[in-house]
Amino acid sequence: MPTVKLKINEQAYEVNVLPWVSLLDTIRDRFDLTGTKKGCDHGQCGACTVLCDGKRILSCLTLAVMKNGSEITTIEGLADGDQLNPIQQAFINHDAFQCGYCTPGHICSALGMLTEGKAKTREDVKELMSGNLCRCGANVGIIDAIMEIKEGGARE
Amino acid sequence: MNKFDYRQATTTDEASVLVHDNDQAKFVAGGTNLLDLWKYNVTNPELLVDINQIRENKTIEEIEGGGIRIGALVTNADTAYHPLIEQRYPLLSRAILAGASGQIRNMATNGGNLVQRTRCYYFYDSEVPCNKRNPGSGCPAINGYNRMHAVLGHSENCIAVFPSDMCVALAALESVINVSDLNGKRSIPFGDFHRLPESAPEVDNTLRHGEIITSIDLPSKGFSSNCSYLKIRDRNSYAFALVSVATGLELDGDFIREARIALGGVAHKPWRVKVAEDALRGKPVTETSFAQAADIILEGAQGFKYNQFKIELAKRAIIRNCMMALNPESQKPGAQP
Repeated sequence: MPTVKLKINEQAYEVNVLPWVSLLDTIRDRFDLTGTKKGCDHGQCGACTVLCDGKRILSCLTLAVMKNGSEITTIEGLADGDQLNPIQQAFINHDAFQCGYCTPGHICSALGMLTEGKAKTREDVKELMSGNLCRCGANVGIIDAIMEIKEGGARE
Repeated sequence: MNKFDYRQATTTDEASVLVHDNDQAKFVAGGTNLLDLWKYNVTNPELLVDINQIRENKTIEEIEGGGIRIGALVTNADTAYHPLIEQRYPLLSRAILAGASGQIRNMATNGGNLVQRTRCYYFYDSEVPCNKRNPGSGCPAINGYNRMHAVLGHSENCIAVFPSDMCVALAALESVINVSDLNGKRSIPFGDFHRLPESAPEVDNTLRHGEIITSIDLPSKGFSSNCSYLKIRDRNSYAFALVSVATGLELDGDFIREARIALGGVAHKPWRVKVAEDALRGKPVTETSFAQAADIILEGAQGFKYNQFKIELAKRAIIRNCMMALNPESQKPGAQP
């Protein structure tokens, strides 16, 4: 069975994993980091989004063996102790969730999208966040929260 | 979902041999289409050969003659946002950004985009017949719910469409696909890469088993001043096209010197009709000229019960997109109408 070494949220992990196990299942079931969610498991909903070497990817459509040696950031890695990451606080400020199931994926995707630095307008943000679905209908708040961080960042 | 073996290749030749030696082996790069199909039991590989560790084919660079070579292992996102592509081939950049989602574009590679399956929802449903998935079993789409399906180039065996946006631009730009295996290298003009279904819908393209895509060459002519990509779909983002159009124009005052028009979402491969482009040469830059070209492009189109609308939609999309190419500022994020 292949051995996979991953650095997740700054912590080193090593695990023997069968080749067909997804990164998502590995993160959740082997490392007990259950913040990352399994929604559709087919790349359509974005709930499984994590940052891999700084880039947002879908952990459900990635095999763990394909990411040997990578650095992964999940929702659990964003806060500094009790100090929330600004985007987490922005989601609270804007009521950007109801059930919360899509939220970890949305937040990781938003961080990746902001790092990419390609969104200039609110329309761009909506377009570039279309890989994440919220079935509760909190999308307006989600985009508001992301815009708060994006515009705050621009003022600095 | 079946179990499979997994190997990492470090060179193109090694990868090619590993796949060549096992009929049921497949390359995996981004995995966004392959792993999805595997989870739906549509594909059952015995061996996945991971090509991500190969050091070649990961650059975008200028080539002799003024063109650009884009590596097969460069991601769709890195391609779309590369300064050389944004500046010289904005049509390609826009088409890529109209496809999939931000996450998928970060994973999916250029080679993978080319070999993603031509598909429809019946192909995905392993409980029903499908000539593409199970040759000879029949095509339930022809008399089924065929709203998304082909209106051009289909056969009695398959009416699925090729969903790539990137490839519609690559068709319009007359790109060339470089491939290799142990027999050597060859270069395939884009129009000859993908197949129409005919009597073998299970074969999407002209690659041999074990042959690997190394790069895509873009000729020097990028139509960067007057190009547009327009994508019409049931929701405005992260959905396959009902119809999409890539247009590149070279103008001589109020007249057309050269035109390129390719359609997505209408056939088993990106659809390009050179006769229509030739007919535009020397014509005035008017809606009437583009409407005449649209009629030629859709000549022989045949819809089914639920997709007849695509024929008129495609014509109007062609005219609109050609007019948008005159004013690139008129384009919206994600190639939305």
